Amino acid sequence: MTSELLQFAFSGLTVGAVYALVALGFTLIYNASGVINFAQGEFVMIGGMSTVFLSALGVPLPIASIVAVAVAVLVGLLLWALAIEPARGASPVTLIIITIGASIFLRGLSQTVFDKQFHSLPPISGDAPVRLAGAAVLPQTFWVLGGSFAVVVLLWLFLERTLLGKAVLATAANRVAARLVGINTALVVGLSFGVSAAIGALAGILVTPITLTSYDVGTLLALKGFAAAMLGGMGNPFGAVVGGLAVGLIEAFGAGLISSDYKDAFAFLVILAVLFFMPAGLFGRRSVERV
Amino acid sequence: MVARFATPLVLLVLIVGVFFAVDSSFILRVAALVFIYGLAAIGLNILVGDCGQVSLGHAGFLGIGAYATAVLPAQTGLHPLLAMVVGVVAAGLLALLVGRPVLRLRGHALAVATLGLGILVAMVITNEAWLTGGPDGMRVERLTLFGWRVRGADNWYWITAGVLLLGALVACSIKASPTGRALRAVHDSEVAAMVAGIDVARYKTLAFVISAVYAGVAGGLLALYDGFVTPDVAGFLNSIELITMVVLGGMGSVLGAVVGATILTALPQLLTAFSEYEHMVLGLIMMVVMIVLRAGIVPSLLALVGRGGRA
Repeated sequence: MTSELLQFAFSGLTVGAVYALVALGFTLIYNASGVINFAQGEFVMIGGMSTVFLSALGVPLPIASIVAVAVAVLVGLLLWALAIEPARGASPVTLIIITIGASIFLRGLSQTVFDKQFHSLPPISGDAPVRLAGAAVLPQTFWVLGGSFAVVVLLWLFLERTLLGKAVLATAANRVAARLVGINTALVVGLSFGVSAAIGALAGILVTPITLTSYDVGTLLALKGFAAAMLGGMGNPFGAVVGGLAVGLIEAFGAGLISSDYKDAFAFLVILAVLFFMPAGLFGRRSVERV
Repeated sequence: MVARFATPLVLLVLIVGVFFAVDSSFILRVAALVFIYGLAAIGLNILVGDCGQVSLGHAGFLGIGAYATAVLPAQTGLHPLLAMVVGVVAAGLLALLVGRPVLRLRGHALAVATLGLGILVAMVITNEAWLTGGPDGMRVERLTLFGWRVRGADNWYWITAGVLLLGALVACSIKASPTGRALRAVHDSEVAAMVAGIDVARYKTLAFVISAVYAGVAGGLLALYDGFVTPDVAGFLNSIELITMVVLGGMGSVLGAVVGATILTALPQLLTAFSEYEHMVLGLIMMVVMIVLRAGIVPSLLALVGRGGRA
């Protein structure tokens, strides 16, 4: 029984790490601009699909991965420059529809540029499972977990230790005040789109050997990432990571112990319950309405 | 009085005009689909546009209406129309039940809560295959009224158009009533509305129930018209399409809801020849329209015309 639970825990943490990275992307963009970017899942898809197709062209995997991240960053910056920046000041729901439009557009584009098949990538360290206290764990799982951890640490270092990172934090705290002290907030918003895209693409590359990828994987990931970010408290990076891992674990244990048909239901039931008692999420700031 | 009848009159003229202008049962069939989704969008607009509460799970109510209309006649032999009434009541009751706790949430929390609600409904429909046929969907008994089998593009065009007109008339009446003003007050500022003596929780729930009933009716019509239902009708993508219709056409505008429904329903049908590019075109239109006409198509154009008139 314990080995079974450990098995569920590992698979939950693996998908949870991807949800956490997507939620982190939501959080970065939300903090810098107040926009909920529903095209976040498309970055994950672009990362995975670009790597698949580049390596099919004979490009070595490491280079293909780097180019794929660069492609995603470019798409993120274009999204910001062509769709978000021109709509500055529009209502939140209008901006949401714009990002949903962008996600539909990107899905259609990759359906044309790539194809509609499912694709996989070779695992980085082979596919012989590692025995761990009775649970069989794919080596790629450690890459996903380690990669996600590295991203979180690097992001933390960037935000806390560099001047540019502090500008991002200042913009998140108060955009007008940040502009008053001379921070180029438009640049910060653009940067947040680029970084979010890079994080999403990296998640897509790492997880493709386990979960496969296709042109339409982004929708569900965006949904789960958004839910995870809300669970942790929108705007809190730490909350996003905890929320992502929690959603992954709830899904894995719900599917393993209760019913795999209703695996997505458990996560949303827990989120509904949490929001009912803590409307700002687990680690979110309470907001006060101004009259 | 003018405000109450202007929009339904415009719709009536359009409906009659289209019927006599086109001579293609394909277009009439697409139009009937537009009317059904237009009805759902009008209802959702009361919640989103007037009351200011977002719902990303409204297709769940559409699904309840559709599946009640499909399942009850097959299981109990109930007349499809009565089954549809049961479905509409069920959608309204669910909204009433969950309305108060869910609508306490604001903004993005409300978005994720309604999203979860819609997904739960879609999941029950997909997984309880013994009742609903599962992911493959199920056939719906053909509608028979007093021995007359309802069929043909013409008849469905007029039936759906009639229900749409009725829905538009009711929505316009609500907007012109004290209830409509109370809903808009909640939208502008909940605190100010409360100070003015408006029971905010009650009016939010009322808007939620009204929009759920509209969606239930639309779902039932969709099942009867299509003769087949699949869980996609309740799915997340359908919810997103509904909210997009409302925002694209114009929040708070009855005519806008129908315009939005027209674009999102008719466009994919017309683009089937270019199915390769369908998603790209749809996504591009959504982005460009929302960037250029931020308040939605109908209100933005009306504002443009108004400014031109004054100048």
